[in-house]
Amino acid sequence: MQLEYFHMIDRIVGLNVDEKKIAVEAQVPMESTVFEGHFPGYPLMPGVLLIESMAQASGWLLLGVLKFERMPILAAVKEAKVRGSVLPGELMSIEAGLVHEGSGYAMTEAKIRVGGKLRANSTLTFTLIPFPNADMRSHMDAIAKRVGFPQQTVSP
Amino acid sequence: MSSTFDQVATIIAETCDIPRDTITPDSHAIDDLGIDSLDFLDIAFAIDKQFGIKLPLEKWTQEVNDGKATTEQYFVLKNLCARIDELVAAKGASA
Repeated sequence: MQLEYFHMIDRIVGLNVDEKKIAVEAQVPMESTVFEGHFPGYPLMPGVLLIESMAQASGWLLLGVLKFERMPILAAVKEAKVRGSVLPGELMSIEAGLVHEGSGYAMTEAKIRVGGKLRANSTLTFTLIPFPNADMRSHMDAIAKRVGFPQQTVSP
Repeated sequence: MSSTFDQVATIIAETCDIPRDTITPDSHAIDDLGIDSLDFLDIAFAIDKQFGIKLPLEKWTQEVNDGKATTEQYFVLKNLCARIDELVAAKGASA
């Protein structure tokens, strides 16, 4: 995880496009400039970054379900709950499931657990847009390789 | 069983916090009720679920952008309800 670059997800540990579910892991670093301000003497993962982590996990799920034909963009966050703090050095296990795939949009439900305990959950809405340019597509391909996206799930 | 319009009006009222009695079959979802595209996703989600269909929002938007259709054809509620009825009927025919 590199908070400053919004690289939230370290690896995909399970992607089932038939069941429309994904499981990923995200290792919170011990140190980050983010923790210098949030908060001095009591570093915590900001709630918005927990939501971003759930959005990115959902995004990989949608990329898999849509076979990289559309790029999911976060559009709405509902019922987001931060049920407990996530601290530097903790490993977040994030699960997401597809709730509904509409025409040009999708909704997911996502959960973050640390050590088996629920720390955050939310329902998320995404718009599904064509990749705007080749740069973004190649960027996503590179990140897919880094997080271990199972390419066989989207191969014809 | 309530009509398609009654169900859609209830969805809009509850989703967008719009007084139910201000929603009529001639209301334009965007121009009259002030529903924006993001709020309409919530409405589409509720309609998809309630009627077991998939509103073809992308196709409709493309047709409007291409000048092949007007927003009134899809977003005036009586017209929207007619489209929903068509989709429900098509789903029943293919089942």
